[in-house]
Parts: sequence; C-alpha cells; structure tokens
Amino acid sequence: MEFILSGFQKGITLIFSGNAEIFAIARLSLTVSVLATAAAVFVGVPLGGWIAVKKFPLKKLLIALVNTGMGLPPVVAGLVVMLFLSRSGPLGFLNWLYTPMGMIIAQIIIALPIITALSVSAMQSVDPRFYQQVLTLGASDWQAIKVCLKEIRLTVLAAVIAGFGRLVAEVGAVMIVGGNIRHQTRVLTTATVMETQMGNFDTAIALGLILLTLSFAVNMALTLIQQKKA
Amino acid sequence: MKHLKSIVPVLLASFLVFGCQNKPAPQNIVRLATTTSVQDTGLLDVLTDAFQKDGKHKLQSIAVGSGQAMQLGKTGEADILWVHSPDDEARFVAEGYGTDRTTFLHNDFVILGPAADPGKVNGTKKAAEAFKKIAAAKALFVSRADNSGTHKKELKIWDAAAVKPAKETYIEAGQGMSGTLSIANEKNAYVLADRSTYLSMKKNIGLVIVSEGDDALINRYSLILVNPAKFSKVNAEGAKAFFDFILSKPARELIEKYGQDKYGRQLFLYDYPIK
Repeated sequence: MEFILSGFQKGITLIFSGNAEIFAIARLSLTVSVLATAAAVFVGVPLGGWIAVKKFPLKKLLIALVNTGMGLPPVVAGLVVMLFLSRSGPLGFLNWLYTPMGMIIAQIIIALPIITALSVSAMQSVDPRFYQQVLTLGASDWQAIKVCLKEIRLTVLAAVIAGFGRLVAEVGAVMIVGGNIRHQTRVLTTATVMETQMGNFDTAIALGLILLTLSFAVNMALTLIQQKKA
Repeated sequence: MKHLKSIVPVLLASFLVFGCQNKPAPQNIVRLATTTSVQDTGLLDVLTDAFQKDGKHKLQSIAVGSGQAMQLGKTGEADILWVHSPDDEARFVAEGYGTDRTTFLHNDFVILGPAADPGKVNGTKKAAEAFKKIAAAKALFVSRADNSGTHKKELKIWDAAAVKPAKETYIEAGQGMSGTLSIANEKNAYVLADRSTYLSMKKNIGLVIVSEGDDALINRYSLILVNPAKFSKVNAEGAKAFFDFILSKPARELIEKYGQDKYGRQLFLYDYPIK
C-alpha cells in the first residue's frame, strides 16, 4: 500500500516540477488525438448524414459494416497502417512510419467508424419528412444534410466526444505505428506502458494522471459547448 | 456547430503544417533497430543525443527484441541493427541481408531468482546446471519468448542442460526485458536477464542474482549495416555515419562512463579496438 501512496506523491511532485519531457509527451498525445479526431469528424459527420438520408442498395450492409468498425481493435488498425506505411509497403514513399503523421493516420481509421456510425444513428433520429421538406424548398442534397445536422448538433458532439475519448486512451496502434521513440513518437499511453514495465511506478502514475486530466479537460470543454447549445 | 465550423479549418491547416514539419528529408533519418536492453538502460538516449548533436542526422530507434530487429533488417525497414544474437547475426549476414557485422560491446547475462531460492540454485557456477536445478525443483521460470537475443540464449542453455521445464512452470511473457523482469518479480520466478537491464531495474525489483560468471552467459552486441544493395530505400550514408559514430572514441567514452554514477558500475564493456 505504501508504495502506491508514495508513487502518487512522487507522481504529483513530478507533474508540478514542470518536467519538460513529460510535458512534451503530453503535448504530442494531445496533438495527435485532436488532429485525428478533427479529420475523422470532418469526413465522418457528413458521411454519416449522407448514409442516413440516402436510399441505395446494400445500405443496411454498409451500416452494419460501419457499426462493426466501431469495435475495430486498435492493434489491427495499427498493424494494417504499419504494413502499408513500411518501406516495402505501398505507401512507403511517404516515410510516415514511426512519425506522428503515421500515428494520426492510424487514429483516424479508428475514430472514423465511431463518428460515422454515431452520426448515422443521430441523423436517423431526424424525421425524414423534415429532410424532404428542406429539399422541396430548393436546397441541394448537401445543403439539406447540413440543415439536418444542425438540428442534431448535440448528438453529433456526443459522437465527437466518444471519438476523442477512444483516441486519447488508445495505446496499441500508436505503439505499433509510432514505435514509442523518445522525443519523436512517445505519447502518454506508450510512455505509461514503458515506465510500468520498468517498474518506475511514480513516473507511470504521473503520466496516467496527466492523461486523465487532459481527457477530462477536453471532455469538459466539449460538454460545455454541448450544454450551452442545449 | 458554428464553433466547429471555425475550428475545423484552423485544425486542418495546422494538420498540414504539422504533417510537413514531421516529414524531414528522408536521407537524414537513420533508422536503428535495436534491442530493448539498450533502450531500457537509458544508454540509447545518451548516445542518440550525442549522435544528433551536429544536426546532420536524426536517429529513429525502434527498440524491439533482436529477432524482430533482424526481421526489420530483412525487409529493409531498418538501416542499421544493434543486436545480440550471434548465431542469427551470422545467418543474417550470410544470407546477404547485412554487411560489416562488428562486435563492439559485451556484458553478461545473469540468472535471477527469488531470495528464498526454492530451487537451491544460489552459487551454481554453470548456467546449464542452474537451469537443471530450476527444472528439477519445478520452480517457476519466466521466458522472454519473443525471439530476442536473450530468448535465444535462454533456449541454448536449456539445450545444454538437456531438460525441458514443465509447461505449468514455464511462463512465456512475449515482452521486452523489463516487462519480463517485472512479471518474474511479481511471480517470484527465475529468469534470465542481461545484467545491464537488471542493474537499471534493481531498485524496483526484489529478485537476486543466483548464478553468474559462466562463459556461456557472455552477451555480445554487434552492429550490422543493412545491405543497401538489397534494399534501395536503405539510408546507407546515415547508417554508416551512426556505425562510425558508435565505433569512435567519443561514443566509447560515453558508453564506458554510462551507469557509473547511476548504478555504481559500468553497464556495458566496450571491446572494439579503436585505432
């Protein structure tokens, strides 16, 4: 029990001592996850809206596939991205393996189905007659989808929160694609794994606390935006 | 949604800028595939800083087991290897994947066990004898089980001991050295570890050395350049720069000094004769 308490003590001291390396790690974690979430939202929300309102063959199959994608194991996403980005892989010329860029790509693949699927179900909660009505007023398809998305912005924000939460906590894909390289691709989750394995529990606790705090701060901000609109 | 609308372009713009920043000219990046012991002891960080000082190269080091490191060499994924699995290294070079294999460093493996020593191994000189006692006592043993240099060495010792540990007492960790040591520590099991990782983790674990000093426990590290004739994308110039750096006096000094203040003794013994 004592080592847990002293671990927490040392961990908290470490945070407030302003350790530059730990903060750089936290910054990279945040950057990677925020950018990946943003990109996934940019594509996933309109895509989800489109899937929900359009009628096309195999629509149910597509939705089932997207829903399955919500449970995509991050290590599988990481493995696939790693294979594609490797030097002998088809995208090797990009030189993105073991870089933050590669980690962002892997995280986009993880977040995209989550945000798309939640957007689909949010959009399906809109009365289809509303969408038709906007169309008859002379709006184009995309304009009508945009109007409908505005109606359900609270639920869409919930999708954003879910996506970001998954990404910032994710360890498998960033470990495989990033390689946990010091000063380059080490993020909070991979650093926590490494420090835990090395038995440096105080550093691991410090990293874990920062991760929790970051996650809380971003979610708090998103929730405030959401509730202000409610 | 209005907020989001203004945020998204900003984020995407920074996304692009960020992406570009993190795509340095590929010829400057040297990708080193190495073993976990080199990273976990902290030696790699010190050498990386010194190597990158002149700003000409950036070292990307992937710390995995020697087996996986050589796999990265076999697909041309890495530019240079720093490994410790002599038999596999010889095969790697013979098959044409690498050149200039240079053994430059050694330390030794130690057999660790719980202080209570249920297998009465303590003081056994021969590593194979120690393994025999562990198996005979049906004591727990944790294996790296990751094709690393340490794992290969362990299998060699089991061969020499001519015994097979019972399945129930043989734990296959599939992790790096420090992860495996942590498991052995929690389970009060015996484990084969390189001395440098053991020393760097000594303050965090309760395991003690039960057998050391056998010639069979010597641990030799080598550098191998990945053959650029086989893989056009290999950064041969950068790999050679790191190779030359490691085999230079400044690097030797760093390695020989490393660990003395922190662990009270040198972790790695440099044995390459620099002219």
